[in-house]
Amino acid sequence: LKHTLRAVVSVPASARFAARRVRMLRERAIELLLFGAAFVSVLTTVGIVYILVKESVVFFQHVPLADFFTDRQWTPLFDDAHFGIVVLLSGTLTSSAVALGVAIPLGTIIAIYLSEFAPFRLREAVKPVLEMLGGVPTIVYGYFALLFLTPLLQRFIPGLPGFNLLSAGIVMGIMIIPYVSSISEDAMRAVPMALREGSYAMGATRLQTALKVVVPAAFSGIASAYILGISRAVGETMILAVAAGMQPNLTFNPLEPAATITAFIVQVALGDLPHGSVGYQTIFAAGLTLMVLTLACNLAGHYLRKRFREAY
Amino acid sequence: LIRRQRYDVLFVAVGIAALAIGILTFLTLFVDMAVRGLPRLDLDFFTSFPSRRAANAGILSAWVGSTLVMVVTAIFAVPLGVASGVYLEEYAPKNWATDLIEINITNLAGVPSIVYGLLALGLFVYQFGLGQSILTAGLTLALLILPVVIVATREAIRSIPQTIREGSYAVGATRWQTVRHHILPYSSPGILTGVIIGMARAIGETAPIITIGALTFIAFLPPAPLKAEPPFVSFEWLWSPFTVMPIQMFNWTSRPEAAFQANAAAAGFVLVFMTLTMNALAIWLRYRLRRSIKW
Repeated sequence: LKHTLRAVVSVPASARFAARRVRMLRERAIELLLFGAAFVSVLTTVGIVYILVKESVVFFQHVPLADFFTDRQWTPLFDDAHFGIVVLLSGTLTSSAVALGVAIPLGTIIAIYLSEFAPFRLREAVKPVLEMLGGVPTIVYGYFALLFLTPLLQRFIPGLPGFNLLSAGIVMGIMIIPYVSSISEDAMRAVPMALREGSYAMGATRLQTALKVVVPAAFSGIASAYILGISRAVGETMILAVAAGMQPNLTFNPLEPAATITAFIVQVALGDLPHGSVGYQTIFAAGLTLMVLTLACNLAGHYLRKRFREAY
Repeated sequence: LIRRQRYDVLFVAVGIAALAIGILTFLTLFVDMAVRGLPRLDLDFFTSFPSRRAANAGILSAWVGSTLVMVVTAIFAVPLGVASGVYLEEYAPKNWATDLIEINITNLAGVPSIVYGLLALGLFVYQFGLGQSILTAGLTLALLILPVVIVATREAIRSIPQTIREGSYAVGATRWQTVRHHILPYSSPGILTGVIIGMARAIGETAPIITIGALTFIAFLPPAPLKAEPPFVSFEWLWSPFTVMPIQMFNWTSRPEAAFQANAAAAGFVLVFMTLTMNALAIWLRYRLRRSIKW
């Protein structure tokens, strides 16, 4: 031991400190590098907000805010230009309503079934399949809505136009089912077993337990699943651009064709608009509207989700 | 009581029916596309450029474009995503900056993809002057899937028990040595799963790429990345105009002629096949991971 000690001491202290300093410097540099990588996500958000606001500000110098919200026409590319976002909002809201009309009941039933009734093996087998349903590219869903579902619906609803919000909305709903069901199922699985056992002990059946004990207990989680589903539906683009037509149309009737905010952005992007024109700026104003809508939904959803996580 | 129990059975039936609707839709979609598209799927379809005559049209420029864009996406998204995940799990102090980053990532995951397209149009295309190129598209999709990669990395790292880290520190390793030799190798299957899922999503994304202004009719290939004369590699392709599979499909879907719709079905079939294979691979990896866990 004496020998090794002497060997260590015989290395000058300054050299040992230098080696350690290099090591610490390297550690520090790596930490900074990793922090930089993590900070990219913040920069992305800053970039999104900056671009949307910057172009929208120019847009609102041409178009008064009051017109933007109250005008009942949306004809930004005509000579007689009108910029009433209500027109696009009506398309977005109608298609989202149809989608949620499909996704909420089906998604909730699937979640209750998988969480409370299904045998373990079935659940393990079905969940990946549902995940795949959410993984199919949306353009494929758009194709399906336009060329399969619409002709099918036309047999039952005569006079249904080739482009309509109904079939786009239904397909969109099916696309959203996995999001709704997986978040709701997680929420229901988080409900402690003791609550269910208490209910069974009182003589309740499985369905009674599921509907009257588990669902209320997991309610904020289920609600957050719905809200995140809404945000998905509002932001969905390709299904609507393909199957709902791109005609701006102030309507709440799902049987009509109509453009949504997202479909309008695609339509403009497909054309050749010069950089800096008012038409070019409208898509950023439309994008800002979209961003505000989805952000509000997401924040509400995450808030609710956090609350249910802390409940037990 | 018997009647109530009958409701139980009834609900099970309803539940299975609801599941069946979801799964049947998926099967219908797949079979419908296969029936319409398979006659068009032959070698020529993969080696032809799009054409005004539906029967001669193919997806050569589309799949080459998709592949190149995916390469750029992976080059940016994987290191950035993994580094962010490592930082947040292993390094981040508990302070406002960390909170800011975390809230940001959750929010970014919920931003509609078309908004990323607008970001790319304003920032990459015009402000940075990258043009409507493969580089722009790759960067856009990289930002889009970054949250997926980060979340997967964090989950994989979180499942590594604390004792591994303590063991490493005990023998005098620094933080980075611990990460480099223990954390990263042990979490790599989980990270890989996340990367595959992210890439499967990126390959099917249409909206952001349309927004940056990708063309729908491209009858040439980007310059080859390898050359015969020195310096052998060229990065010209990064600046080349391009098209990708989903855009090609969108273009064919929006034409009225049935012949083009058959092309769309064929392209869609290829696309779904690719995303499904990638997803299945990810699910299988996750399954194996769950079984072979050592701790």
